[in-house]
Amino acid sequence: MKTWIKILGVLLLFYAHIAGLLMEVPRLNIVNETIRATYFHVPMWFGMVFLFLMSLYYSILYLRKPSLELDIKAESFAHAGLAFGILGILTGMIWANYTWGSPWHGDPKQNGAAIATLVYLAYFVLRGSIDNMEQKARLSAVYNIFAFAAMIPLIFIIPRLTDSLHPGNGGNPGFNMYDLDSRMRLVLYPAIMGWFIIGYWMVSLRIKLSKQLDILLDLEDEKLK
Amino acid sequence: MIYRLIVKEFTLELRRKSVISGIALYLISLVFICYLSFSLRLSVISEAIWSALFWLAILFSVINSVAKSFIGEKRGLSLYYYTIASPKAIIISKIIYNSLLCFILSLLGYVLFQVFISDPVQDTPLFFLTLILTSTAFSSALSLISGIASKTNHSNILMAVLSFPIIISILLMAIKVTKNVLDGLDWSASYDELLNLMAINCILSGLAYLLFPYIWRS
Repeated sequence: MKTWIKILGVLLLFYAHIAGLLMEVPRLNIVNETIRATYFHVPMWFGMVFLFLMSLYYSILYLRKPSLELDIKAESFAHAGLAFGILGILTGMIWANYTWGSPWHGDPKQNGAAIATLVYLAYFVLRGSIDNMEQKARLSAVYNIFAFAAMIPLIFIIPRLTDSLHPGNGGNPGFNMYDLDSRMRLVLYPAIMGWFIIGYWMVSLRIKLSKQLDILLDLEDEKLK
Repeated sequence: MIYRLIVKEFTLELRRKSVISGIALYLISLVFICYLSFSLRLSVISEAIWSALFWLAILFSVINSVAKSFIGEKRGLSLYYYTIASPKAIIISKIIYNSLLCFILSLLGYVLFQVFISDPVQDTPLFFLTLILTSTAFSSALSLISGIASKTNHSNILMAVLSFPIIISILLMAIKVTKNVLDGLDWSASYDELLNLMAINCILSGLAYLLFPYIWRS
């Protein structure tokens, strides 16, 4: 990763946090000031979907042409995506506590998010329980693809079918939530961009670490011989 | 080839009577436990609880019966299949066989529920359509996962852990349609869910067909 991109990511997030807390926001009933949660909660989901998509992409690549590097990439992206997902759930719970009255409201979106986390936790349990490196990589790639496909109905279809209190629902839980006006876009888009960059940065650090550990293991093996 | 593999599954199944009777007994005890724990002799349960209980009973017995499709196989036997059949033929035959098994199990579950609990089903054709759709969805998801789990160290635990998150969306749809059936709603009310179930079926079986060769190779 280029250094200027990292600096850009940090600056974008600095801007998003300061502007997100200080700038003028639209006044809506019930939501009021908690509308600022958009800047911190929504980018988590964008980041999570982005990271899981990258993980899916590397899993597909792995099945087409197996190599240890691709497996490490798929695993690292899933790892960071899971972290984003958990943060997304937590920020959502904080918001829900003030707006809906309880942190866990059993909303279809909350349940869907919880199941998505379960899927990737299962992915890591699967990785942990296979000793053979090559087999671990292949089976977890297969599960990654299968689970992602099974998750799509949960996250994108079921919330559209059932009633939900989540803002933007009752119609389309898509992008235009809160009637995003131009002032909010000025903060939301940079925040999403910033989190994309930071997420990618985290992943690239993790990939580097895994590769070094791999080299270290090889060196130790040679010593033993 | 596929036909012969299915016939082979059936003959093997019929030969090992203890396994079939074990699964049937599992389902019977499950329903009986529901009956006793809700003390249904004295009270009645609502439609929503009926459908949730029904699908939970089916889910657990189905996971247990489909799990053995790869996990129970001996290592030598799977090597032998590897030499005589293509992996695609094997997964298709497993999916078809398992969906028949799931369908039979859910029919048995329905009969047991009629006997012990109650029979609130008003629109039988729709209910059967739901049973068929969910059993194929269950079987295509669980067959592939059983293939994955069979290669790991703790296959029984992993079978449950890996399959639950994937099964949940199917289960939710099935419970919703069943509740509509029990409430005596018109077909049009559950049209969306049925369509969804069919779409999930297509996705899962297509993916199982594409991905299975990669698991099989090891």
